Amino acid sequence: MLEQTLFAGFGGQGMLLIGEFLAEAGMEEGKYVSWLPSYGPEMRGGTANCSVVVSDRPISSPVITAASCVIAMNRPSLDKFENTVRPGGLLIVNSSLIDVKAKRDDIDVLYIPASEVAEEIGNPKGANVVILGAYLARRPVVSVDSLMSAMKVKLGERKARFLEGNKKALLAGLELGKVQ
Amino acid sequence: MAVVFEKTNMLTDAPFHYCPGCTHGVIHRLAAEVVEEMGLQEKAVGVAPVGCAVFAYRYFNCDMFEAAHGRAPAVATGVKRARPDACVFTYQGDGDLASIGTAEIVHAAHRGEKITTIFVNNAIYGMTGGQMAPTTLVGQKTSTSPYGRDKDWCGAPIRMSEMLATIEGAAFIERVALNNNANIVKAKKAIRKAFECQMAGKGFSMVEVLSTCPTNWGMNPVEAMKWLEENMIPYYPLGNFREVQ
Amino acid sequence: MAKILMKGNEAIAEAAIRAGCRFFFGYPITPQTEVPEYMAARMPEIGGCFLQAESEVAAINMVYGAAGTGVRVMTSSSSPGVSLKQEGISYIAGAELPCVIINVMRGGPGLGGIQASQGDYFQSTRGGGHGDYRCIVYAPASVQEVVDLMGVAFDAADQYRCPAMIVADGIIGQMMEPVELPEPYEYKVDTEKKPWAATGWKPGDKKERAVINSLYIEVDELHELNTRLQARYREIEKNEVRYEVYGDEDAELVVCAYGTVARICKAAIDELRDKGLKVKLIRPITLWPFPVDCVKAAAEAPEVKAVLTVELNAGQMLEDVKLAVNGAKPVEFLGNPGSKMPTVEEICEKLLAMSKGEE
Repeated sequence: MLEQTLFAGFGGQGMLLIGEFLAEAGMEEGKYVSWLPSYGPEMRGGTANCSVVVSDRPISSPVITAASCVIAMNRPSLDKFENTVRPGGLLIVNSSLIDVKAKRDDIDVLYIPASEVAEEIGNPKGANVVILGAYLARRPVVSVDSLMSAMKVKLGERKARFLEGNKKALLAGLELGKVQ
Repeated sequence: MAVVFEKTNMLTDAPFHYCPGCTHGVIHRLAAEVVEEMGLQEKAVGVAPVGCAVFAYRYFNCDMFEAAHGRAPAVATGVKRARPDACVFTYQGDGDLASIGTAEIVHAAHRGEKITTIFVNNAIYGMTGGQMAPTTLVGQKTSTSPYGRDKDWCGAPIRMSEMLATIEGAAFIERVALNNNANIVKAKKAIRKAFECQMAGKGFSMVEVLSTCPTNWGMNPVEAMKWLEENMIPYYPLGNFREVQ
Repeated sequence: MAKILMKGNEAIAEAAIRAGCRFFFGYPITPQTEVPEYMAARMPEIGGCFLQAESEVAAINMVYGAAGTGVRVMTSSSSPGVSLKQEGISYIAGAELPCVIINVMRGGPGLGGIQASQGDYFQSTRGGGHGDYRCIVYAPASVQEVVDLMGVAFDAADQYRCPAMIVADGIIGQMMEPVELPEPYEYKVDTEKKPWAATGWKPGDKKERAVINSLYIEVDELHELNTRLQARYREIEKNEVRYEVYGDEDAELVVCAYGTVARICKAAIDELRDKGLKVKLIRPITLWPFPVDCVKAAAEAPEVKAVLTVELNAGQMLEDVKLAVNGAKPVEFLGNPGSKMPTVEEICEKLLAMSKGEE
């Protein structure tokens, strides 16, 4: 198993954080993981993205040139990374904020109204975790339990109050991922 | 026979390499005497510059560092942070402190670094053979200002003491000269105050000593001292510029 | 100890602290800024010293001052900042002081970019500043290896009284990977082991007063310093070479690469094995001393056709590989200056072509 996922969105949408959740969960399961953020001026205003690799074998490169999955939370991310998905790979689009369809026909595309669903469940900031849930439904690279546990570790005591809301968001996302 | 004079223990027996009539020797002795009299020899760490005083590590009889050109205040910072109880001083000339090392001296003062700087200002680069310094007076001829320093071309001489005195972290700044006995006594007092200021943890301290360079000024020592009185002191007024109580 | 997920730069800082480093002087520059940030938060907790210097130049000179007192001290920067530090590094080498310098390399020349690069191979391994000196240079390929090399670097710097440098690229610095941290080690300055250190002196003391200095104005004295340094460098070359060999023993091609690039080469080697081509990777962990004997022996093996060097620069380690191979086999190069990372596909394609004897 070699999963190379690119999480992309606006700075502040929490894409780096859900990437960390996945990497932490993979590590807890004894898998090889790496998490590599974009850094520098583009962190401000443009897209903020991170590359997460989860694998059964030592990871050759933390840099993703052909992703098994791209998660695009906003339009610039879709425009920038649609072509990074390898043929047969998965593209997940936050349809709440992106009103266009993907152009590729050689990949699976999943449209998830992550922002709307997050609003509905009373956790408007949890759109990132909703979409992570949808991803996990399609790509069970780690177990839901591991991911729940990883969220607890990463949020720590300082942000423990967000744990319940995030769990709810993850479950909602898992459902969305299955339904379509 | 009664002993009427003894050389301070804070100076080694190595003979000075300085030119005849140069005041570095006197400044070394004043600083060394102060450190010894304050009982700080054991704690003393000196940092020598690049310039005429590059061999200062041979003369001051304590742990010594030789720094890169202008970097003595940064080196002293590293020493002081690693050994906060030490008595750390830098000994720097005007090329070292006022030209290539301006960033280091300004920021050592700015941090209120608890070190003492002895700044020897003789308005010229001595070691390299008499080139223009930032402190060279307007009209003064040097090998790189052969027609005399042109203010429009390369600015007016920089007054380091006045500038550093504007900095919050500077606790003691004074300019002295060694042109007569009374001023030599005053210079020693200022140096002592500077070291006291450091050991009391008040902040950065510096004594600027106006000094002659007979060799590169092309004068004999007496003429040089006269030139200093007539030209340097009017531009670089003596006195205290900052003393934090 | 359990593994934790840690960013390379933060792991660098924590590992240094655990290796006994209590003094850090640095300056912000992307992509290494998390090192000073981490130190700023952590040093006060353990009674250590973090100081943000006014410049890279000042930072390395503060390192010089602290190192002269015998403590374990470090600075970190990225390529343009390390260029600025070269003056101080030369003085530290000349004054025979130990310290650790981190370079989280980014693309150049000039202001270059902020993405990963290996453009500072020459700067790191050839001395970098003026004069005949060397730094021991470590090139980790993972966050764990950065952590493991930190104690090694501090020990080697102390043992040989020279600067040790860890050159990571921007990816190692920015990436999070699981790491196991070593137990913390309390370093105490031992005046028996470091009799040269400025730890305080008074007339009558058995030891001589410390003079931390790199000025030797007499030709013979300077010659003596350099002879001493060169003898030490030969010792380092004898004792401190580190490398990893990966792939097939009876390979027909040999690849030389280090850092993140070496990891990509491993993936290429795995892929080629499935296609029936056997390739062996030699990954120098110390860039200086360079694993000359290992590369030489590998190239001279009868079954080996050629050697490929892969780097994220225009071909810098390539020169060391060529010197080691010494004409025994053809040496080819794949890589890009700047930050454009060679891909698994490119490396496979190049090796396949080399196997077929194509240029």
